[in-house]
Amino acid sequence: MTAALQSPARTEPVAEPPSRRRPRAHPLTTVNPASRLFVLAVMTLFALYFLLPVWWLVVSATKGSGEIFSGNGFWFGESFALAENIQTLFQAQGGIYSRWLLNSLLYAVGGGIVSTLLASMCGYALAKFPFPGREAVFGTVLAAVLLPAPVLAIPLYLVFSFTGTINTFWAVFIPSIVSPFGVYLSRIYAASSIPDALLEAGRLDGAGEMRIFAMGVRLMAPAMVTIFLFQFVAIWTNFLLPSLMLADTSLQPVTVGLVGWRELQGYPISYTTVVTGAFVSVVPVVAMFLSLQSFWSKGLATGAVK
Amino acid sequence: MTIQRQSRLRELRRAAPFVLPFLLLFVVVYLVPTGYSVVQSFFAVKRSGLGLGGAEAVFAGLGNYVRVFQDGDFIASLGRVSFIGIIQVPVMLGIALILALLIDSSVSTGRKFFRVAYFVPYGLPGVIAALVWSFLYAPTLSPITGFFASIGVDVSFVTDGALPFSIANILTWAWTGYNTILIFAALQAIPEETMEAAALDGCSGWKAALLIKVPLIRPALLLTLVFSIIGTFQLYNEPATMKSVAPNLPSTYTPIMAALRSLSANDFNYAAAQSVVLGALICVLSVLVFRASARSVD
Repeated sequence: MTAALQSPARTEPVAEPPSRRRPRAHPLTTVNPASRLFVLAVMTLFALYFLLPVWWLVVSATKGSGEIFSGNGFWFGESFALAENIQTLFQAQGGIYSRWLLNSLLYAVGGGIVSTLLASMCGYALAKFPFPGREAVFGTVLAAVLLPAPVLAIPLYLVFSFTGTINTFWAVFIPSIVSPFGVYLSRIYAASSIPDALLEAGRLDGAGEMRIFAMGVRLMAPAMVTIFLFQFVAIWTNFLLPSLMLADTSLQPVTVGLVGWRELQGYPISYTTVVTGAFVSVVPVVAMFLSLQSFWSKGLATGAVK
Repeated sequence: MTIQRQSRLRELRRAAPFVLPFLLLFVVVYLVPTGYSVVQSFFAVKRSGLGLGGAEAVFAGLGNYVRVFQDGDFIASLGRVSFIGIIQVPVMLGIALILALLIDSSVSTGRKFFRVAYFVPYGLPGVIAALVWSFLYAPTLSPITGFFASIGVDVSFVTDGALPFSIANILTWAWTGYNTILIFAALQAIPEETMEAAALDGCSGWKAALLIKVPLIRPALLLTLVFSIIGTFQLYNEPATMKSVAPNLPSTYTPIMAALRSLSANDFNYAAAQSVVLGALICVLSVLVFRASARSVD
């Protein structure tokens, strides 16, 4: 790792002389081919490291039963059995997998929408109304961003079991609709993107505060899409909270269900079915990322720079 | 004075409908559980007679906390996550910084492809990633072990000595790309004039990257450092999933797992004390990181 860090630094002086050809115009863009090749090799090596396990997952989901651990793990098997594997997956244990998918969608889409709405309303008010106690509210919410969800899971379990709401839909849904990070992001975004003049003009026209907010929402849309995406992914990938709260398998999301299957050690649910299930469960998240790509990269930039 | 007061009240009335729904749920989901756990951590369940006469909660003072700090399993779990963090976090952030600088530099071709390629593991739910790696690590099934066996090298990812590194690898694999994107975003925010001025002064390429870019993105680096430290202390998914391939992995491997074991043993008050200690530890650590870095800026 240190070699990768230092080698380019050492080759850099060599790169200096050729840059004299175009004097001082773009000293940053002229690089000698050797170091360019080296950089490309390093980047490709890491790309392989990140992509190979995903590739293994895709390839393994297409293999016939028994083939998954024989032959080359990173190439297709003799038979292409993706369709059969998916069919087996959705028939296993009375079709419980589709139930898990539906649960995950309910938790993630429903929780994502509600949390985005609540967080952006709160962030908007924190940005636009200088009410007393505003900074105290913001400070408390911001502190909560640092309290990690897994640490909170046990206290949540204690409270929910005290109130007897354990092993219900709400035990997972209610914690999912609170996004302190969303409040933080939407406050920053509302402060810079919604002009005060919009609020003043709205009030002069006699519009209610909610109506003015509804107009401002259009300007906040990029931030809201980002919050939704992050919340969606966070809920979809959550494992500890639902596995703690839900004993009833028909209420579980797909992550908890799959790990339960993995623990059966290949019987009666085969490894191929578990791998296919993992592959299918990733598809909605990937689809979400691809369709909202321009939003999340912008949102990440806002969150990182501020 | 009175006019100011009136306007403050008006702002409060305006803000309330927007703030209250979130705030109410925030109290239910964050403040109440935290407070409830703190209260519970000071109590203990006392069973009368032979344990048949029912149980009652009695005030235990700091008893649970004394127990936490005398609990060999819990201390060992803290040691394990510290060990994993000390190795994994610098490696991961080092790689993320290098990759972000490479994508940002004019040297790189296909930067869009690499950005997406590095980010792909983040799209895999953490536990699904752990599940995939559990297959890649499994002693008898692993294609990697199989490959090494075919060239005569005996490799195991699940021996006691290898486990921290196997877990560290899953974390690095899953989170490097995320951190790369965060650091890259900060690099993109550096004004072009700054780098042009540096180039005019004869500072370009790697020298400019290390001497000018890296100090400028210190806030983003700090953020990734704090998030990574917090992440290591809340380790759960990876070791829990690894249990299916490493049966020798103790059920108190990480602090969260230790607290969960207390929970499943119906030792609620003790589980509460463990999670309070863990939460406090994480807060102290992130404050320390922020303060240490603030000092290094001066």
